[in-house]
Amino acid sequence: MAKKENVLTGAHFMNGDIACAEGAIAAGCKFFAGYPITPATEIAEHLSQRMPEIGGIYIQMEDEIASMAAVIGASYAGLKAMTATSGPGFSLMQENIGLAVMTEAPCVIVDVMRGGPSTGQPTLPGQQDVMQAKWGSHGDYEIVALAPSSVQEMFDLTIEAFNLSETYRVPTILLADEVVGHMWEKVMIPPTEKIKVVNRKKPNVPPEEYMPFMPDDDLVPPMACFGEGFSFHATGLTHDEHGYPKTQSSEIQERLVKRLCDKIRINADKIIRAEEVTLEDADVVVVAYGIVARSALSAVRKARGEGIRAGLLRPITLWPFPEKAVAKIAKQAKKIVVPEMNCGQLVREVERSAKETPVVFLSKLGEDPHTPTEILEAIRRNS
Amino acid sequence: MLEEMVHPMSKYLRAAMMPHIWCSGCGNGIILNCFIQAIDELQIDLNKLVVVSGIGCIGRAAGYTNTNSFHTTHGRPIAFATGAKLANPGLDVVVISGDGDLFAIGGNHFIHAARRNIGIKVICANNFNYGMTGGQQGPTTPLYALTPTSPYGNIENPFNLVHLAAASGATYVARWTTLHARRLTQSIVKLLQKEGFCFIEVISPCPEIFGRHNKMRTGLEMMEWFKKASVVESFTDPAKAEISSEKIVVGEFVDMEKPSYERLLLEKIAQINKKAQE
Repeated sequence: MAKKENVLTGAHFMNGDIACAEGAIAAGCKFFAGYPITPATEIAEHLSQRMPEIGGIYIQMEDEIASMAAVIGASYAGLKAMTATSGPGFSLMQENIGLAVMTEAPCVIVDVMRGGPSTGQPTLPGQQDVMQAKWGSHGDYEIVALAPSSVQEMFDLTIEAFNLSETYRVPTILLADEVVGHMWEKVMIPPTEKIKVVNRKKPNVPPEEYMPFMPDDDLVPPMACFGEGFSFHATGLTHDEHGYPKTQSSEIQERLVKRLCDKIRINADKIIRAEEVTLEDADVVVVAYGIVARSALSAVRKARGEGIRAGLLRPITLWPFPEKAVAKIAKQAKKIVVPEMNCGQLVREVERSAKETPVVFLSKLGEDPHTPTEILEAIRRNS
Repeated sequence: MLEEMVHPMSKYLRAAMMPHIWCSGCGNGIILNCFIQAIDELQIDLNKLVVVSGIGCIGRAAGYTNTNSFHTTHGRPIAFATGAKLANPGLDVVVISGDGDLFAIGGNHFIHAARRNIGIKVICANNFNYGMTGGQQGPTTPLYALTPTSPYGNIENPFNLVHLAAASGATYVARWTTLHARRLTQSIVKLLQKEGFCFIEVISPCPEIFGRHNKMRTGLEMMEWFKKASVVESFTDPAKAEISSEKIVVGEFVDMEKPSYERLLLEKIAQINKKAQE
């Protein structure tokens, strides 16, 4: 649990980036390494002020590659650690996100998405990093990514991201967008004792018996940190349960990589969260996330006012994807509408899960998110 | 009855990781040996020691050392070490890695860590090439040297690592060859005790990969070169600390006192919290 005096309990008016920074502090984060980038810079700025106040570490690194490496170093030295960036920096971080996956370093990466590819549109929103969040680093792996829709959720889901990351020893991504990051809204910060905070499992064996990558039944190994009396090795190479490199063994490669995937897959039902609005009898279901889900909610309510049986499914967890929830609505809905600020990313997952049910994709790029009217018109067309 | 003989230094090595991967005639074993001699001399608490390596032949040194160890992605050991050191400034964080890892792909991290003067200790095995991938030309390959990717002779100028480290702000900079085992050990003893960013370059023989393309097919021949060419010129201008077939300038080049990044940071944190309490 974060120290009581560190948590700004009460009602606040703040932007999403600052809410994210305060959420990190409430989750017990004591280390931030980053590099300035629009539209995530305010997270770094706020933490450069707040971290010293709470006895934590803020460091501005030379680039995002270094930021991600430093976060893993801090995590292995025992602190909850985070970095924040946007698309171009997120691309640079992919290498060491893979290292965090392989060495099972709990950490949180915030990507406040802007328009891409490349330098793209630094000050405008996008949802173009959804697939990069899942597949950006080489090799097979599973990861957790959460998509906040409000400033309140920038606070809440940052805490959730830390909790999931600590529970499963997996890098967890807060996949926000420029609007949610820069928008100002009311945020309620609960009393410290009401905030659920999870810390990584520690070994309960003597140091000589400790095997750093020997999993428990939940497939997650307890984690010792540097300086805690456990002498251990960790490597980005394929390794056995001792952490020793075993690069020539297909058996060990299979056992390790499958476990890294399975620890998320078998726990997917526990991890996945989605918001459901008037789905019970819905003929047309909008699947939307992030800021677009706010317009979608408004559109669904207006459609209901017009007598159209519309519903909203809002994935809060983008990865693992709530495929069961989509499969369920697909059985009853006639059409599924997916508005996204990209050329078609999460819609592929929706199509995969919806099977026979037709999926209508609503792409929007380059300026503001979809308006409620734009989504409402799509609902009308498909009802 | 014969008692089982245990080497007094074996406690510093992970027996399960042996045999090591290094070729005969390679200098990495000497560097690791000097490092553990220095740890032993200082009686460093192994629980507080973290050895970090990047990718390359010497990158395996972290795993061979029986302490907290981490083998990072290529070029990133200094950035990882920065996070570990700041998260727990009580740790002794040492980076042992190669010239390609630290000065090509990781060059940016090196100069910025030195500029910040973060208290991590970097030992670089400089073997003039990318040994692990078969000896390609790299940031320290001498001009005109032959490698598999410079088959007509290298036309890139190599870095002078001691000059680079000194110019970037390191508080301790030294260069030795693996021939200078005792001086190297004493230099590591000093490095481990100093505040701030400290750097030792160790010129290391790579006969199997680099030497065989450059008329030095055995470790002995490479060591003969070091013996013939090395000149101790301590505290000479780092810019003039040359490495050529005729002359390898070795010694200590920088040894200064400067508050480390973590000292300044912790002082700041204390100051801010004192002000908040007033």
